[in-house]
Amino acid sequence: MDFKKAPLILFASLLFAVTGLQAQTKHKAKPPVKRTTGGLKASIDAGQKVFTQYCVSCHQADALGVPHMNPPLVKTTYVLGDKTRLIKIVLNGFNEDVEINGETYSNSMASHDFLKDQEIADVLTFVRNSFGNKAPAITAAQVKTVRATNKKS
Amino acid sequence: MKNRKSLSVLLPVAAIVGFILFNACKSGEPANNSKDSVTTTTPITDGGAGLKLPEGFNAAIVADKLGGTREIAVTPQGDIYVKLNRAKNGKGILFLHQEGDKATVKTGFGTFGGTGVYVKNGYLYASSDEEVFRYKLNAQNEVINSDQPEKIVTGLLNRREHEAKAITLDNDGNLYVNIGAYSNACQVDDRKKGSPGQKGCPILDSAGGIWQFKADKLNQHYGDGVRYATGLRNVVGFDWNQQNNQLYVMQHGRDQLHDLFPDMFTTQQSAVLPAECMYALKKGDNAGWPYMYYDQEQHKKILMPEYGGDGKKEGGQDAIDPIAAFPGHLAPNGLLFYTGNQFPEKYKNGAFIAFHGSWNRAPEPQAGYFVVFQPFKDGKPSGEWEVFADGFAGTAAQTASGRAEHRPCGLAQGPDGSLYVTDDNQGTIYKITYKK
Ligand code: HEC
Repeated sequence: MDFKKAPLILFASLLFAVTGLQAQTKHKAKPPVKRTTGGLKASIDAGQKVFTQYCVSCHQADALGVPHMNPPLVKTTYVLGDKTRLIKIVLNGFNEDVEINGETYSNSMASHDFLKDQEIADVLTFVRNSFGNKAPAITAAQVKTVRATNKKS
Repeated sequence: MKNRKSLSVLLPVAAIVGFILFNACKSGEPANNSKDSVTTTTPITDGGAGLKLPEGFNAAIVADKLGGTREIAVTPQGDIYVKLNRAKNGKGILFLHQEGDKATVKTGFGTFGGTGVYVKNGYLYASSDEEVFRYKLNAQNEVINSDQPEKIVTGLLNRREHEAKAITLDNDGNLYVNIGAYSNACQVDDRKKGSPGQKGCPILDSAGGIWQFKADKLNQHYGDGVRYATGLRNVVGFDWNQQNNQLYVMQHGRDQLHDLFPDMFTTQQSAVLPAECMYALKKGDNAGWPYMYYDQEQHKKILMPEYGGDGKKEGGQDAIDPIAAFPGHLAPNGLLFYTGNQFPEKYKNGAFIAFHGSWNRAPEPQAGYFVVFQPFKDGKPSGEWEVFADGFAGTAAQTASGRAEHRPCGLAQGPDGSLYVTDDNQGTIYKITYKK
């Protein structure tokens, strides 16, 4: 992670002051607490935790996936492309016989619709801005809209 | 919020610590009484071809860059058949001829990708992910009509997850086919956190077991076969043990205990649990998936958490016990009982197991990518297993990250007792020999 830490520390100490003890007792495996504000860096940072908790075992720490089983999340058309399609992958899971950067992957990805809008926004923003990817952030509002119209069909 | 910042610093540190611990274990120090570390009792030396082998053994790369080389068969003439997971230039089976330590591709045939290949009684058997074919061989064990295979079994389930149809044959005209469960733990929604296990898991009707078919009858469907053993999540490495006249299998244990049950399992526990189990099967046996898993540290069959387990409650009362248990997620893809005379006496009738290597240990360091030897006596494991051939992955860092150069997959024994190992990552075939 090569994002600059200065605004983060500022933001962190601010929030630390506000939330006080809560931050100290927070379990590291738990998803981040509800957050209403925060810039790109904060979203990326929160998204990294969601990634470590829910995505890393399949897509791996370097996001390069596992040959023939789990696809990479590095510069794929899904990661960098259409936001709605990307959000739907996390909401509905993914198990289709498609080629991802020229390879097929046999494992199946479960629905992660139990994640909050903000968590999905954060994890996708993190993925889209890490591992050599560069793409616009995804917001909780966008996830909310997709979720509202998303009836698996 | 402080935690959040420190995590990005702590993670790499934890990874390094884990990595050091892991390697400490590897070099022979038992770590907190668990056998999840990889111990080794035989001195390991540079065996050539980038591999570490016990004293006296040597490895040569007889062929490379072949494609996704899965299972392998070596004929009495020393020729090689190897199955590619995906057909390359329209050819899914390669035939190689050996001269000394080099094997050259003579022909390729069979348009289908897949895993299984086996030579027996004048036929070459090979499987796609849905069917099993056989090709008639001449007296030199060469395929006669490579474009006219006989279809032995057809219509097997392939839902992509655990799709490989590994095959083996016994001495009584039977063919055994693994049909892997298209699921992790038979949840209503596969791998979804919070989704419960299905009662009376319906997958077991058509998958999650070993099916037995006639080796010489054409166009058999499920109905023509027998569900020989059930409750096996996925088997790739299996072999007919000639000494016991019995089928032995290596199961790939379930994934994601921590992902799905973070309150019950730490990432460290989830990295080593459950065991990768070896079973000696008899017709009608049930190995217990998806209702239980085997914990190699408690030496117990544990109730699967999707079915009410908590990591301690026992389960699988009607399931057979494994005869050997290995650390989690190492992915046993090849099993071979050594019957040759070339290797020292201790290897005779023992089991070689090719571990493809883990992925489901992240964020903990990955492990595996080696060939293990499990000593046997009178058809039963006897004594500790040890790493026989290591170094396929490359550096220790490549092992830990899972970015392995080579991933051991198939095993075969040559007519002179040499051991052949395939790597399906770069399409390498290794030949391991012993010199007194
Ligand atoms: C159980 C393993 C598993 C987990 C956990 C998992 N995925 Fe996936 N993911 C897959 C597989 C397998 C595919 C490809 C499925 C296919 O080809 O049908 C996939 C596909 C994708 C894709 C589209 C293809 C690509 O490579 O760009 C994205 C994006 C993605 N996953 C993101 C995530 C995110 C974000 C998380 C965590 C919230 C996650 N995945 C968790 C296994 C997993």
